[in-house]
Formats: sequence, C-alpha cells, structure tokens
Amino acid sequence: MKKNLINNIVPILILTLIALVFPLSGLRVIPTIQEIVLRLSRNLFLVLSLLIPIVAGMGLNFGIVLGAMAGQIALIFITDWHIIGIQGIFLATIISIPFSVLLGILAGKILNKAKGREMITSMILGFFINGVYQLVVLYGMGNIIHITDKKLLLSRGYGVRNAVDLINVRRGLDSLINLKIYNVEIPIFTLLIIAGLGFFTIWFRKTKLGQDMRAVGQDMEVARSSGINVPKTRVLAIVISTVLAGFGQIIYLQNIGTMNTYNSHEQIGMFSIAALLVGGASSSKATIFNAISGVILFHMLFIVSPNAGKNIMGSAEIGEYFRVFISYGIVALTLVLHQWRRKKEKEYKRKKEMEAIMKGELNEKSI
Amino acid sequence: MNVKAHINKLGWPRIIIGLFLASMYISCPFLGLDLKAALNDTFIRFGMNAVLVLSLVPMIQAGTGLNFGMPLGVEAGLLGATISIELGAKGFNGFLVAILFAIIFGIIFGWIYGLILNKAKGGEMMIATYVGFSSVALMCIMWLILPFKSQDMIWAYGGSGLRTTISVENYWYRILEKVLNLKNINFPIGEVIIFIIFAFIISMFFKTKSGLAMKAVGTNEKFAKATGINIEKERIKSVVLSSMLAAIGIVIYQQSFGFVQLYLAPFYMAFPAIAAILIGGASVKKATILNVVIGTFLFQGILTMTPSVVNGIIKTDMSETIRIIVSNGMILYALTRKGEL
Amino acid sequence: MEEKLLEIKNLSKSFGENTVLKDINFHIKEGEIIGLVGENGAGKSTLMKIIFGMSVIKDTGGYKGEIKVNGKVVNFSNPFEALEEGIGMVHQEFSLIPGFKASENIVLNRESTKKSFLENFFGEGVTRLDVDANTNRSEKAIDKLGLKINSEEVITNMPVAHMQFIEIAREIEREKTKLLILDEPTAVLTEKESEILIETIKKLSKKGISIIFITHRLDEIIEACDKVVVLRDGLMIKSIPTSETNVEEITQWMIGRKVESNKEKTSDKEIDEENIILELKNFNVDMPGERVKNLNLKVRKGEILGLAGMAGQGKIGIANGVMGLYLSSGEVKFKGEDIKTNLPAEPLKKGMFFVSEDRKGVGLILDESIAMNIAYPSIQIKKQFLKSFGKVFNYRDIKEITNNANDYLKKLKIKCMSSEQRVAELSGGNQQKVCLAKAFTMDPELMFVSEPTRGIDVGAKKLVLDILEKYNKENKTTIIITSSEVEELRMICDRIAVVNEGKVAAILPATADIIEIGKHMVGVGGDK
Repeated sequence: MKKNLINNIVPILILTLIALVFPLSGLRVIPTIQEIVLRLSRNLFLVLSLLIPIVAGMGLNFGIVLGAMAGQIALIFITDWHIIGIQGIFLATIISIPFSVLLGILAGKILNKAKGREMITSMILGFFINGVYQLVVLYGMGNIIHITDKKLLLSRGYGVRNAVDLINVRRGLDSLINLKIYNVEIPIFTLLIIAGLGFFTIWFRKTKLGQDMRAVGQDMEVARSSGINVPKTRVLAIVISTVLAGFGQIIYLQNIGTMNTYNSHEQIGMFSIAALLVGGASSSKATIFNAISGVILFHMLFIVSPNAGKNIMGSAEIGEYFRVFISYGIVALTLVLHQWRRKKEKEYKRKKEMEAIMKGELNEKSI
Repeated sequence: MNVKAHINKLGWPRIIIGLFLASMYISCPFLGLDLKAALNDTFIRFGMNAVLVLSLVPMIQAGTGLNFGMPLGVEAGLLGATISIELGAKGFNGFLVAILFAIIFGIIFGWIYGLILNKAKGGEMMIATYVGFSSVALMCIMWLILPFKSQDMIWAYGGSGLRTTISVENYWYRILEKVLNLKNINFPIGEVIIFIIFAFIISMFFKTKSGLAMKAVGTNEKFAKATGINIEKERIKSVVLSSMLAAIGIVIYQQSFGFVQLYLAPFYMAFPAIAAILIGGASVKKATILNVVIGTFLFQGILTMTPSVVNGIIKTDMSETIRIIVSNGMILYALTRKGEL
Repeated sequence: MEEKLLEIKNLSKSFGENTVLKDINFHIKEGEIIGLVGENGAGKSTLMKIIFGMSVIKDTGGYKGEIKVNGKVVNFSNPFEALEEGIGMVHQEFSLIPGFKASENIVLNRESTKKSFLENFFGEGVTRLDVDANTNRSEKAIDKLGLKINSEEVITNMPVAHMQFIEIAREIEREKTKLLILDEPTAVLTEKESEILIETIKKLSKKGISIIFITHRLDEIIEACDKVVVLRDGLMIKSIPTSETNVEEITQWMIGRKVESNKEKTSDKEIDEENIILELKNFNVDMPGERVKNLNLKVRKGEILGLAGMAGQGKIGIANGVMGLYLSSGEVKFKGEDIKTNLPAEPLKKGMFFVSEDRKGVGLILDESIAMNIAYPSIQIKKQFLKSFGKVFNYRDIKEITNNANDYLKKLKIKCMSSEQRVAELSGGNQQKVCLAKAFTMDPELMFVSEPTRGIDVGAKKLVLDILEKYNKENKTTIIITSSEVEELRMICDRIAVVNEGKVAAILPATADIIEIGKHMVGVGGDK
C-alpha cells in the first residue's frame, strides 16, 4: 500500500492542489466538465503516442513534435486542395504517414547514437527539425513547393501564413457522432478513435514486437545477446510514436479549427509529456491510466489557474505563471524522483544480495 | 593522413560553420555591406555574451553536464540588477552593486540547484532544463509580487509588479566603456577586459587544489573517488560557480544591451550559450577557455552576419530559421558523439 | 553412443605476441560431463570464447587448429552460429531480463506465436504471443532439470539460485542444444544449492546433453564429472577420467611448476609478530565478483604480505573495501585506531595508500601528464606541491611537481619523453611505474598493491617487484600485495594469505610448498 502511495505521489499532490483551489476559482461544475471532455478528446491521442517509446526504454519522446509537424504539413496540403469534412481528415492522416515515417526513422537513428541521453537529444532534435520545418513551410512553400490556393500564403507571395483557418475540416471528426448528456457535448467518434488507440496499445504489448521492445527497454545487452535486433527495434518504437503523433496533431487541430502554422506544434511535446507525468508515469513506466488521469489533471490546472489566481492573488497573470511553474516543476520533480528511486532500488537490491549471501553462510554453518 | 585526423578531431559541423562564416565575411563587399561595421557588430555581441558562455565551463569540467539550467543563474543576475536599480545606485557603483547581489543570489540558487542535480546523477541535462524552466516561471510570479518601488521599474499608472523591459540608460548603460573614458570608440574594450579578468580567474581556479579536485571528478570519477575527493561536494561547487558566472554574465550583457529583460526572456537563454561553446570545440565533458572565445565569436558572427548577408542575396530575412538550425544542430552533434558518456 | 560430439584438435590462440592457448586437444562424447579447471590466466575463458564463437576471437586474429562438431569442421564467427550447431553457454554474469517472468526469459526471442494474416504485410513482429504455449514450453524445460520452480515468477523476486537454474533452462529449451557450457555456475550458490545443481547436470547428461563444467571447486568436479581437463599456462596438462584421480593430484596439475627454480627468500628482516599495523574483523566487502565475507586478518608492521586466491574469491575485494572504493562493513583497525569505512579520504589521511588493479580506470587520469598524475593525491590529501598567493589561493607549484616527477622518472626508470607526456601514451609497464611513483610520493605507512604485474612485459615485471621489495626494506613500509601469480608472491613476500570464498583460508610463510598454497586456493586444504 505504501509503495502505491509513493509511486503515485505526483497525481495525488496535484489532485489535492486542484481540490483545494477549485472552489476558490469560482468556476461552475458543468462547464468545467465540458471543458475536460473537450480537452480529453483533443489531447489524449497525442499523450498516448508517448507510451510505446517508454516501453522500449527510450524515455519520454520529445520527438513527437516531429510527428506533429508531419501532421501539419498534411493539413496544409489538404487545405490547399480544398478537401472537406471527414474525407479531408482521412486524407490528411494518410498523407502524414510518409512524412512521419521518414522523420521517425531519422529520429530513431539519431537517438540510437545518443544512448543514455535520449530525452535531451529528442528535445533538441525537436527544436532542430522545427528549424527545418520553417525552411520548408516559411520559405519553400509557394516557392519550390507548389501551393494552388494563394490565400494560404503570406503577402510577399511565398511562405504559409501564420494562421491557417481549417474551416473545411473543422470538427470533421467531432461532429460525426455527437451526444449530449446533461448539457455536456461528447464527441463520440473522436473518443472511439482514441479508445481504438488504447486497444491498439494493449494489443501491441502482447505481440512479438511488443515483447522485443519490452526486453530492449529493460536490458539492451541481454536482448542483444538473445538475438533481438536492438537498434532496429528502437527505431521502430520511435517511428510508431511519430506516426501516431501525426494523427494526434490532426485530431488536435481539427478540434481547435485553426492552425498556428509556426506555433501549434512547439509546446505539444512539453505539454503532452507534462500531462503524462502528472498522471503518475515516469520515464520508464507509463500506462493508459496515467495518460487519461494525466490529461484530466493537467488540463484542470489549465482551467483553474487563471481564475484562481485572480481570486486568490488578485491577478490572473499570477495564476497563469503558477500553472507554468507547476507544469515544469512536475516534470523536473518526476525526473529527479525517478533517478533517485532507481539509485535506491539498486542499493536495496545489492543490500539484499549481501544479506542473502551472509544468511546462506550462516545456514551452511548451522547444518 | 594528418589532415584527416585533424578533420575528425574538429568535426564536420564546426568546419562547415567556420567556412560558412568566412564565406559571409568574404561576400560582404560584393553585396555592398560594410565589413568593418559587421565585424564590429560581432565584437560587441562577443563582449555581451562571452561571460555567459564562460559560465558553462565549471559544470562541464566537473562532469555535471551542459548547463541547461542556466536560466537559474540568469535569474540571480536579474535580481541583482533590479535590486541595484531599486537602491538607486548609479554609474559604476550601481554596476558593482548589481554584480554583488548577482553573486549572492547566484550562490544561493546555485547551491539549491546543485543539491537537486546530485540527486539526479545520470539524467542531469534533462532535469537541468526543467529546473531552469520552472525557475523562470517562479520568478515571473516574483516579479509581480515583490515589493519593488522604483519608478523606473514598475508599471506606470499604478499597476503592480515590474515592467517587462527596464531601461538602464540612467544607471549603468555601457558603464564599462564610460569607466575607461572610451565613450567614443565603438569597440567593446570594457567588456573584453572584464571577460579576460574572469577567464583568468577561472583558469587560475582550475590550477588550485579545489579546481584540480573538480577537474578530476569530471575527467575520471573513479580516480577522484580513490584520491579521497568528495564527489558530491565538487559537483555542487561546480554548479554554484556556473550559476554565479551566469548571474554576472547577464549583468554584463544588460549593461551593454541597455535593458534588463524580465519574465520570459531568460527562458531559452541556455541554448545559444551551449551551442556557442560546442561550436568552439567543447564537448559534454571537456571545455577550455579557447573553446569559449572561438565559439562565442563564431556563433555571434553568424547571428550578426546572416540577416544582412542572406537578405542581400535572396532578399529575405532567414536569420531566425538559420539560428535555430545552427544552434540546435550543433548541440545535437555534441550529444550524439560516442564515448562521451 | 560413443560418437564424438565436440572435438578440439591442436587449438592455439595468441593475442598479439601473447600465446594464451597452445595445442589443445580433447573431445567430448554425447552425454559426457567434462570438468575444466585451471588457475586464472590458464586459458579457460579464452577456450570457451573460441568454442562459443565470441567476436573478440575473430577480431584478434582468429585461432589455429580445428573444431569439429559431430565430425563436421566448424568455424563460428558469432555466438548465434554456435547456438545453431547446438552449443549453449551459461555465463557467470546473469543474462536475464529482470522484469520478465521466468517463462518469458526461457523463450526469449524464440517465443511461440499465433499465426495471423497481418504477418504477410508487416512481418513477424505483429503476431501475438501464444502465452499458453510459451508457459508450457518453459514448464517442460524446468521439468527437464528435475526442479520445482514457478515459471510465472518474475526474475527480480527470485532467489539467486533460481535465476541460475532458469538460465540453464533457457539453454536446454532450445531444441538443438547438445552441448552446454557452464561457467562457474556454483559461484553464487550455497552448498545445498550446488548439490541440486550437480544433480540437475547429471540428469541432463542422462538425457544425452554433454556438459563442460568450469569450476574451481575440485570436490564438485569429482562429484559431477566423468572426465577432468586441466589447463595451465595455456597448455593442456592432463585429461583423465575423474574415477582415476583425486583432488590432490588435480591441484598439483593445476598449480605445480615444471621448474622449482624459486630463489629462496632469505629473511633478514626483523618482523615483530605482535606489532599489528592493520587488523580486519568480520570484514565484508560488496564488490561485484570479488565479495569478501566475514574476513579476519592481522597484518604485521613492516612485512610484505601476499594475498593469493582464485579469481572471484575475494582477494581483490579486500584492498578495495578497506580503501572505501566499494561498500564495506565490519571492523578496520589501523595502528590500533578504528578507521571509518566507506570514506576514501579517511584511510588516505591516516597513512594508507592503494595501487589499484584497475590501472587505467582508477589509477590514472589518462589525459593528464605523468607529473600531475604522480602529484594528485599528495596535493589533495597532504596539501603538498602548492604555492600560496597572498595566503588565500593555493595553486599548484609546477616546478615542485615536475621535480618530484623527474626524481621518480630516474628512480623507477620510467621510459618516456618527459614528465609532461600524457600517461595514455606510455606502455603498461611504465604506467604501472607511474602509479607506484604516485604511491611513493604519498609516503604511506601501509601500501596495498593489487595485481602489480598484470599486463606488463617480463622485464618490467621483475623491476616492479624489485622496486616494491626495495621500498619496503628502505622505508619500512608495510606492503600488502594482491596477486594471481603465486610465484611472484613467493619471491618477495614474507607471508602469504590465501583467500577463498571471501575468507582467509590460511596464512602460510612464503617458503611454504606451492602445492600447499594451491590446495587452500581450491578449498581443499585445512578443515574441509
């Protein structure tokens, strides 16, 4: 029981914080629930795409930003071609795949060269590819890459605009099947797709590839000596994650309805990872439950902070900054706890081994 | 054969960047740009940033990694600057007061930061990044609620909290030049001198018993342990030193720039500095003063040259994008080097 | 069946100029259990690496001679090829996935899967694991061992002995396995568990699986094996059915030397038996692979004490534990005073020094100059070689450091360009001399030296030993030498303590018969 408490200290703390602050924020229950349902349908897919690299021992994949960029490029194209509704979304999904796969392979190979520092490397890689993305989208599109709809471009004639209205495909998924319970709108279709990813993740764990990843994630050397192709397995984990992130970003953007061409993807990595960690995951262990509870808790913080800040401290700004502080602080805290716990576990194991050997000695003597 | 060995040692990215910069300088006259002005610009920016880049050296040498948590030290420096202005200290005294408080807070923040990093051996860089980010957010709240009263700093019309950008023109803007009575020369002699002073101090430090101990920890931890060196203590020392230098570095930056930038400005400050030192030849585990000088110069050179040159060629400003690609590409290269774990 | 399963013919292997195996000839029949014994460095592990096809062999020039499996000549370039031919190996370090169940480990990368049409598009990876089939297979393998272990238990929760058995189960679960190499399987087992292991091996042999059993516990060899093969200095000394020999004979073959050419050590030293400079009581050291368990030892002032023992028996752990490099517990008394354990600065300050067996990892900073390496501990611990700047800054005195280094360059005949040269560029022997110079500069009262002549050419070996002997004579420094080469210890030590199973098995005068010493090393001397 105590171990459970320690393992889940982070979500428990956050939950307590929210429970304390919510009444002070002056927000009402039903609209809040609506917000949460909305944000779940918007963000959960992206958070779930983080799970597989964790299984493969590659830590928190900041590289999902690469998938997000792939998704956005796809959306730019289908917006240019004026393809609307669910077909638009479907086509965007398909188009994003080759980009995601290529970026995923690149990311996987780079991460293989940075064993032991995967997380910081994927973070920097995200920044780097963002630069390349800018090259392509801000300078290449409308220039070398043909764009038909000139309304998409900046006034100088090339480069995609800062904000792209996704009116064609807005809510294309959400409005497909919609339910209203107690004044709360629930985008069933989107949630079904997310549930689909959940089942896919569960199924994946039981496959040969999933088992290989689990082995690689725990001990690369043992996996290698048993014949598993460790580098390839790791690259595959990243590729799958990147492709899923591409889909996730499309789901996210179709809900919001507008794409900030150069910003929408930037914070995605940090927010999704922070959410997952808030839900109790660590860089070596994460479950679907962590993802769901994490998104709920993390976004509750988002919703509650500005209002709470205004009511408690007299400034919505303070509330905002506080939320930022908590989000980043949580990530730092989880990472530190994780390292510290690993050290303690190793020490504990060694102590037990020594004790066992000593006991074995005593047993032998008493025979 | 020797050439190949040299190339391997330098690494392709550095060579590419060096050639890139050289080609930009060469193309200046052809584009109608003033080479002298451009070079001068580079030197000024060198002076602004050199100490910040220098601040990375202690932690790298001690094996505590690239200081992605530099924002923490920067915040200490910002506190120093704001307190100095609050106290109304002007001129060179104001600058010294700012430095003094920067050092004090740098030590305090650095010590806490060091304790955290010691609990996180193996994952320092990631955790440093997030500690840095959290501290910026925390300080944002502080800027809003700390009881500063100086009219030069708070929002006009009775708003609460400090302004985002605070001018130091009436306090210690370019004080390093003014102090040396060199107001009219554009070259940043004052900044260069102060950099040399600190570089000398650091260089001497690593020759002392304490500095040797720190270096041993970074070069061969087992050797250090067997020599009776307290590894935890040395790591904290390195973090404190780095944070102190970062705090001093931002004050120097501000006096040259003319403004104190609060709130989210320090957020991404670590990355350019890290990119600079890596471009200068440093690695995750080893950095020298020469790396700092070369790296800062090359990096700032690219930052100053690119807008004008690229604009001159293709009539577009690609500087931001190029900066992102160059700095992050450099860090990526360093992180994927083998045998530096 | 009398067919030869594995045949080794005229096998030789050299690493550069160093010949590690010479003209090895033996064979194993189906279902035979062969015991392989030999001191450290005799060539056992190299021989196994060759049979198992490990890449380090190919990378260093391959081997000479022939290996035949079932009459067919083979030349493995990697372990997977060896596995294909039915040769499996259980190494000393566990090769298990800690978070997996026993069953998952047993079938690792050979899992049974359910057929699926997706396979055609995406490859084998997307097939589902057939959990029941896998559990079945593992239980069958465990059964074959004649044991009762729960195949669903996670490895981290298992006692060490069970882990060992699961490793064996994994190898025999492979259908092709005909030959199993077990490298020191009883090292981590208690006596009772070892008995069970031996029973298991016998059961496997009855089922037709041949086994090469590597151990230094000779009584286990006699108990379990049909034949024993003795290696010494890379040569195969003897291959004989165990029924025709005994433990004493085997010890002799393992350790005896052809030439009894030891110079008789004349003791002109005055060693006071009662003057104990270092005492260890109930001393334990948690050094992986070299555990020390409840060891008691008294070291006399001024003597040169040798610590002998087989690899992995703990002799290396003693110095490492006393000097705080590995976790230790128990009592350490230096000159009558209790020394705090686990604080490396303590023993250094009190006057002890350690020249580690890990020359490059612990003993030196490879990128630094000879002079700095020599001066480092003295700077840190004794605050020597420092110049003061206004009484506040203490920084290194390059002149003093260089002078000291040059002094030792001469005294120890260190071959180099100058004291500024990077240590990485020196030969092994000269690196060792730098480590000794470092120790001498500290002027300790007691010095631990671990494996002083490992990896050094013959000429330098003698020089190093002479240096140590001279230092002890001139400075009256107590020296404790840990070495795998009993010969060396006999040359310069006053007494030799044999460490076996983490304890001191016996302390003998250096003039004792080498066979005596050897017997204690394999655990047959004394009270067994």
